Amino acid sequence: MLQYTIRRLLSLIPVMLIVSIIVFLIVHLTPGNPAYLILGEDSSQESIEQLEVQLGLDKPMVVQFFSWIGNVLTGDLGQSVYSSEPVTQIIIDHLGPTFSLMVISLVLTLLVAIPTAIFVVWKRNTALDPIFISISLLGVSIPEFWFAMLMVLCFGVAIPIFPVAGYIPVAEGAINWFYHLFLPAFVLAAVEIGLVARMLRDGMLESVNQDYTRTAKAKGVKESIVLMKHVFFNALIPTTTVIGTTIAGLLGGTVIIETMFTIPGIGQLLIDSIYRRDYPVIQGVILFIAAIYVLVNLLVDLLYAVLDPRIRYD
Amino acid sequence: MLEVKNLKVHLDTASGIVKAVDGVSFHVKAGETVGIVGESGSGKSVLAHSLMQLNPVPPATYPQGEIIFENRNLLDLKEKELRKIRGNEIAMIFQDPMSSLNPVFKIGNQLMEAIRTHQSMSRQNAEEKALELLKDVGIPDPKSRLNDYPHQFSGGMRQRVLIAIALACQPKLLIADEPTTALDVTIQAQILELMKDIQKKYGTAIIIITHDLGVVAQLADRVLVMYSGRIVEEGITGDIFYHTSMPYTWSLLRSLPRLDSDIHQRLKSIQGQPPNLVDPPKGCNFSPRCPFVTEQCLEVDPSLVDRGNGHRAACILSESEYEERKHEIQDIEREGVEQ
Ligand SMILES: Nc1ncnc2c1ncn2[C@@H]1O[C@H](COP(=O)(O)OP(=O)(O)OP(=O)(O)O)[C@@H](O)[C@H]1O
Ligand SMILES: [Mg+2]
Repeated sequence: MLQYTIRRLLSLIPVMLIVSIIVFLIVHLTPGNPAYLILGEDSSQESIEQLEVQLGLDKPMVVQFFSWIGNVLTGDLGQSVYSSEPVTQIIIDHLGPTFSLMVISLVLTLLVAIPTAIFVVWKRNTALDPIFISISLLGVSIPEFWFAMLMVLCFGVAIPIFPVAGYIPVAEGAINWFYHLFLPAFVLAAVEIGLVARMLRDGMLESVNQDYTRTAKAKGVKESIVLMKHVFFNALIPTTTVIGTTIAGLLGGTVIIETMFTIPGIGQLLIDSIYRRDYPVIQGVILFIAAIYVLVNLLVDLLYAVLDPRIRYD
Repeated sequence: MLEVKNLKVHLDTASGIVKAVDGVSFHVKAGETVGIVGESGSGKSVLAHSLMQLNPVPPATYPQGEIIFENRNLLDLKEKELRKIRGNEIAMIFQDPMSSLNPVFKIGNQLMEAIRTHQSMSRQNAEEKALELLKDVGIPDPKSRLNDYPHQFSGGMRQRVLIAIALACQPKLLIADEPTTALDVTIQAQILELMKDIQKKYGTAIIIITHDLGVVAQLADRVLVMYSGRIVEEGITGDIFYHTSMPYTWSLLRSLPRLDSDIHQRLKSIQGQPPNLVDPPKGCNFSPRCPFVTEQCLEVDPSLVDRGNGHRAACILSESEYEERKHEIQDIEREGVEQ
């Protein structure tokens, strides 16, 4: 297992290298001059050129890339051209809200999806199942930004029970923290709830007709325990993959949701940096998101071995 | 102890109502071993599962009949009362040991679940009981095996574990649905031996379902022959084998390979396919394939008729007519071989 983990971690190196090349190219091939943006419209040609030299933008792209990647390897993601702060520090500063948002939506996803799936499977021969399928399909297909606006309208404007903007750190009160994040976290979770619940239901329906389920019933075990123990844990194995992509999906979703709910997290940082053509920050954030994505997937693979005793990585 | 009266089990499928069990009556006495034999698709498994109502609903429905177990009709019981019987008074072992254990839980967990569902017992005591059961069914080094997962066991060992699970509460009746079909011959013999030992030790009544007549000959006191959802012959094992009195059983016995038979003699498989259970033929269900068939067979649906000594057969031919036809057929075949 340890050997497998190390092997997998090593295999992440080429992946991350390719990601960094792509990130660098996308950022640098996008039109727009950062020096011009920073100095404003009526700056002189001279001062722009001076700033370009200062930022290293006058050098060939290959040289820029290697000096950047060299620094990245030492843990230095560079400095913001906008605020001159180190990029690593900026990312750390914005981590709290995003992390909070993701944790709450993930917990919300599991808390809603798991009981729903179990209930639907329990009532599998009723009209509940087709209704569930329609709703989960709806959940998966609704665009996030549209659902966000709908929720803001319903619970922020029409019945104003939830705040629709702002962020309060946990340190200043867990209840207030949760209260401010609930609506955006729910919007973020909506898609994932549909996905996870559907996956779990499919897996459970398959498991319900397996021989081992019949054995459990023949022992005299209660239907509810048969479903929650024997059927559920077998269905959880294929669902883990979906939960892995869910976490990645949540990370992507934060970009839109944080902007709409003005939450000062990684997503908003990314959008702001793009407006400012703050190359080092854009590169740093995307690289960071990619790293999280890849690590989550590795974690899911390892979790597989824990859930399914038949899988052994050695 | 168990008395099944005119039981019908229908399966509601897209292609119509499958009459998988169509009016079956039989009884099992305490401590007795009853064999149920029949071709694939004759409804043996559906019948076995219906005794504990383990057929998935839908498609299964029980439109008619009674299953009287110790003076209670199981078909009338509520789910909760039925649960108290499942695994406790009636237990079952299944056809495929490879898939009948849950792959994600340890053997110990699955065994202790069977114990603790019906007996309030501390974890510690349940574990001791589980160890004892594993020892009883002949699993070596049971202590360390408790913490193994099913995939770490061979097919024969898994079937032993499943037998241990079935024995957890010392049931009065054990239903074994083709317990050895998926196993190789040596292991088959061991499992059958184990079942005999268990019966001797606990006095459990056993219903053994199989399409292997050899298994029945070894274990059963009485035999039921099933064809297209019905019992077509019933009697003590010796009578069924040596005084067969209806054509289906006769054909079934002839399709068996025998060690003492002439190697040039071909096995006489039963011609044709079992009937469609959605829309069975008019008259006797076996008539389209029956070598004894008469004109009357196409019209009259025979019921089980007592032939004495608890021997019953469903055939309109009388004993003497049956014997006469049998000799005619054998003569014709002999001539065919000589030519
Ligand atoms: N879930 C189901 N849905 C539809 N038809 C079924 C179902 N289960 C069984 N059947 C049908 O019921 C009939 C009896 O099946 P059953 O499994 O009892 O046969 P069997 O005698 O046990 O055969 P085998 O020796 O192959 O195990 C068959 O015709 C089968 O096709
Ligand atoms: Mg069967």
